[in-house]
Amino acid sequence: MASVLRRPGPVLALLAIAALVVMVLFMTIKARGAWDFVLPFRGRKLAALLVVGHAVAVSTVLFQTVTANRILTPSIMGFDALYVLVSTALVFFFGATRLTTLDPQLKFAIDVILMALFAALLFRWLFSGGTRSLHLLVLVGIVFGILFRSLNSFMQRMIDPNEFDVLQDVLFASFNAVDETLLGISAVAIVVVSVLVWRERHALDVLSLGRDHAINLGLDHRRAVTRILFLVTILVSVSTALVGPVTFFGLLVANLAWQVAGSARHVHVLPVAVLLAAIALVGGQLVLERVFALNASLSMVIEFIGGVVFIALLVRRGQQ
Amino acid sequence: MIELGGLTKAYGDMVVVDGISLTIPSGGITSIIGPNGAGKSTLLSMIGRLLKATAGTVSVDGLDVAATPSNTLARRLSVLRQENHITARLTVRDLVTFGRYPHSRGRVTAGDRDKVTAAIDWLGISDLAGRFLDELSGGQRQRAFIAMVLCQETDHVLLDEPLNNLDLKHAVGMMKLIRRAADDLGRTLVVVLHDVNFAAHYSDRIIAMRGGKVVHHGTPDEVVRADILTDIYDVPIAVHELAGTRVVTCFG
Ligand SMILES: Nc1ncnc2c1ncn2[C@@H]1O[C@H](COP(=O)(O)OP(=O)(O)O)[C@@H](O)[C@H]1O
Ligand SMILES: [Mg+2]
Repeated sequence: MASVLRRPGPVLALLAIAALVVMVLFMTIKARGAWDFVLPFRGRKLAALLVVGHAVAVSTVLFQTVTANRILTPSIMGFDALYVLVSTALVFFFGATRLTTLDPQLKFAIDVILMALFAALLFRWLFSGGTRSLHLLVLVGIVFGILFRSLNSFMQRMIDPNEFDVLQDVLFASFNAVDETLLGISAVAIVVVSVLVWRERHALDVLSLGRDHAINLGLDHRRAVTRILFLVTILVSVSTALVGPVTFFGLLVANLAWQVAGSARHVHVLPVAVLLAAIALVGGQLVLERVFALNASLSMVIEFIGGVVFIALLVRRGQQ
Repeated sequence: MIELGGLTKAYGDMVVVDGISLTIPSGGITSIIGPNGAGKSTLLSMIGRLLKATAGTVSVDGLDVAATPSNTLARRLSVLRQENHITARLTVRDLVTFGRYPHSRGRVTAGDRDKVTAAIDWLGISDLAGRFLDELSGGQRQRAFIAMVLCQETDHVLLDEPLNNLDLKHAVGMMKLIRRAADDLGRTLVVVLHDVNFAAHYSDRIIAMRGGKVVHHGTPDEVVRADILTDIYDVPIAVHELAGTRVVTCFG
């Protein structure tokens, strides 16, 4: 049994079954026969959970592969903080009512465009040459993240406490009130990106050996890394703009995926990470909503668990 | 054949490799020796396109390393650095299979698998094929990496200090393997070596570097001489003839 569970095939099959079961339960449990209302309502929520889970899982695995580091996630480079900054600045300059009444599609567009511009700016460091430019890129990203966070706390301190409450609510990732059109756009973007990622799956394996081995094996390392980071940016921007920041969740599923996939190849790790994300998000929502009758706190629970895992990883690193 | 023309690497004002022009002929073992900081690793990395040259050219079989697509080069030249840390958790067989990537582009055929097995056997690590790299000793891991670059089937193989971390027995074993790669497989090996005695005994040519320049090159008989080595290493060195080999000793 234990040895079967170390092979990628059985692991994938098991996770797929588990994901399916969780999704069916999520759609049907305690529906009380009101199918006309329940199915579309839950279906939308399920779709949001799956889209975000997929984006976060894939983007974190890719980011960890190109940086050859298992405790980094794209969010460390300031994407989340930038998203928070946009909302905070809106409240700061125009008031909380403006934020809550703003057309969600306009807000989505602003968020995605700003995050994409920010990524483009960051990537200039990747092209600045030298062997350490990838580390430089990550470092600059972290510095920007700190800058955004300080701006955020500065502005948040000056905001009226009632408005701050509204802002806080908006800033916790929420899967409940997702705009249908945006969900559609995000889903399409993520499917397209996933197809492109899948075509890179062998190159990703080579990239995971690190820069020198990748070049030795004939990869144009810089171009490959740029391509992958571009795809990561789309995934992170879209999922953050859709539901808000999820910082540690990616870390949780990516590390779990590397451990349980039974193989270091992306053909296996990527689907395993996606399935784990689906199980964790949908299962978490199911338990919170249907068992504990709690609403809208899934992201907090997941961030808490993810944060604990992050600290555990740091401590284990420190001991090695 | 590897040709270097005015090859230079500078970090700011500090010139680390200083206008080296040299031809390394095909076949056999060429060793690069010299004190720490002489620029040996930098030179090898530039030949293997891991590091961009500040000026000058490198060509391998007439192909300009800076202009030729990386994948084309990967079928003619392989390079292994001194430090080889890998984050991914791989078995020896996984790692060696990567050596086929320039040929298979990830779609591993039965023929590729045979070559992987052959390379693993050739290095005498068949019993370790299923083990994870982090479960191996330094010497075993080193052999797994060498198996990977040999599996790449390139005419030229560049190795930076392959004897690093090896005890005497394993160092001798490794040098014999490198010798066989040259003699039996017909590869051209360029190897950075710390130990002048190993270089003297096993190589066909020696390149001696100091301060970023090639100060001597030629056969071991030509380079392994007391005056030359004393000059390069800046300590008094004596060379003795013992049972047909030159042996270097040093009285600090
Ligand atoms: N990235 C770098 N920046 C500045 N100096 C460097 C860098 N890499 C190497 N050097 C310097 O170049 C010199 C040659 O290094 P190296 O080629 O590693 O020497 P060797 O392998 O012969 O011991 C050393 O003095 C080293 O400090
Ligand atoms: Mg060196």
